[in-house]
Amino acid sequence: MQIFNFFKQFRRLALLIILLAAWEYASRFILDKTEATLLPPPSGVAQGGYELMKSGEIWKHSIDSLSREFIAFCYASVAIPLGIVMGCFKWVNEQVDPIIEILRPIPPIAWIPLSILWFGVGNVQNQFIIFLGIFFPILLNTIDAVKNVEPNLIRAARCLGAGSWGVITRVVLRAALPQIVTGIRIGLGVGWMALVAAELVGANSGLGFLINDARTVLRTDYILVGMLAIGVIGLCLDRLIRYTAQKLMPWSRALNA
Amino acid sequence: MLALKVEHVRKIYPSMHAKGQEVLAIDDVSLEVQKNEFCSILGHSGCGKTTLLNLIAGFEEPTAGQIECAGKVVDGPGADRSMVFQDYALFPWLTVHDNIAFGLKIKGTGAAEIEQIVTRFAALVGLSQFINHYPHQLSGGMRQRVSIARALVVDPTVLLMDEPFAALDAQNRAMMQAEMIRILKEESKTVVLVTHSIEEAINLSDVIVVMTRRPGRVKEIIRVPEPRRMVEDTPAYLAIRRQIRDLIAGEHDVSEAV
Repeated sequence: MQIFNFFKQFRRLALLIILLAAWEYASRFILDKTEATLLPPPSGVAQGGYELMKSGEIWKHSIDSLSREFIAFCYASVAIPLGIVMGCFKWVNEQVDPIIEILRPIPPIAWIPLSILWFGVGNVQNQFIIFLGIFFPILLNTIDAVKNVEPNLIRAARCLGAGSWGVITRVVLRAALPQIVTGIRIGLGVGWMALVAAELVGANSGLGFLINDARTVLRTDYILVGMLAIGVIGLCLDRLIRYTAQKLMPWSRALNA
Repeated sequence: MLALKVEHVRKIYPSMHAKGQEVLAIDDVSLEVQKNEFCSILGHSGCGKTTLLNLIAGFEEPTAGQIECAGKVVDGPGADRSMVFQDYALFPWLTVHDNIAFGLKIKGTGAAEIEQIVTRFAALVGLSQFINHYPHQLSGGMRQRVSIARALVVDPTVLLMDEPFAALDAQNRAMMQAEMIRILKEESKTVVLVTHSIEEAINLSDVIVVMTRRPGRVKEIIRVPEPRRMVEDTPAYLAIRRQIRDLIAGEHDVSEAV
């Protein structure tokens, strides 16, 4: 009976397991040798993953990518105070908004050629592209969050004696925080995608570099391992932020729905 | 000195768009509230009573006339006129304790004194057991009590209440009115309450200001014979209720949407 219950959990994975098995079979027995190089079986990918872990390469590249993301995020977090000021003061918004609306539609990836001319190939260029990816979602969500602060909360604070500065630090910042965190989550996601693109053309290390480099030596298994790593790390980052936010802000319906 | 003096106050809202008309919300309202008096402002929706309260609170400026609180002209919001809102407006990221302490922290009160005061007011509104809870963990009635404690703690000259019990069901509402009476026995306060419930006004007030429909003016000021001791279904109660009902019925016009 207990064994039956145990397997019940895996019922959801049935289709996935079937597809993986089909893939394994196809790559091993149906594709000819050339095609098999283009699509190694899951077992081959696992083998490649093991090799990369043993040689330490996968860790090194992951850390390089993550550190670029982190540094770019530190710079991009200037979007938070900027967003607060833009949300609180109409004249600032009026002036800055046109600039933002011209720059924002240009995807970070489109900045790659110019950034290589400006910064050469390397960390700074990567971080610049990632910065562009992270910056705008945070900015927009922050402005929106500030504008959507419930007016009665601000009124309540004022009739308890808070001045303008007190209202911003004690109410606006706290009330806007859940949505700012959402902006951070989205920003980090966009940044992570921009990172891969930037590393494909302009880096000597990192997961984006890894998958492109593996292509040049036809190590498709390494490519797939790299892609998986990119996906898994992106997912973990997102989950981590979501979890932390839920713990820190249990009152927020937006984060805890 | 009067706790609150409203002199010939008028409020016009500019039109929202090019072809719109400006709205005369309040047209020449004057009233006086003595210290520790409970004054209800009563009228239909749209009569300008909330506008009047917002002007007293300082959230908006009158187009004409002036408002004085304890002799000082009102020039913006302040802790001398703290407000209890219909939707509670509690800070969701703060516990009951910190919500109540909010105004004290702004004033710069010392930590030990804050503890003392918050404990006392939490007990006053009957929430000592919930002092470390968050607003989202409380019922509507409990949240409103926190709101009342928070507003009282800053020792306002006038406590303003904007339809504070309108979001509660009938039984909770009756209970909160009784609670309010009990609280005011222990902590006398000047109160200005906006309500559309005649019974609520009769139950709680010394003075009831009945307003006309828009543009709001003072139609009549009625003194309650036995403030906070009126018993429902007694002749006195029924008489005053009929009197107010007739005054308001004269103002009722179905065709005018708010």
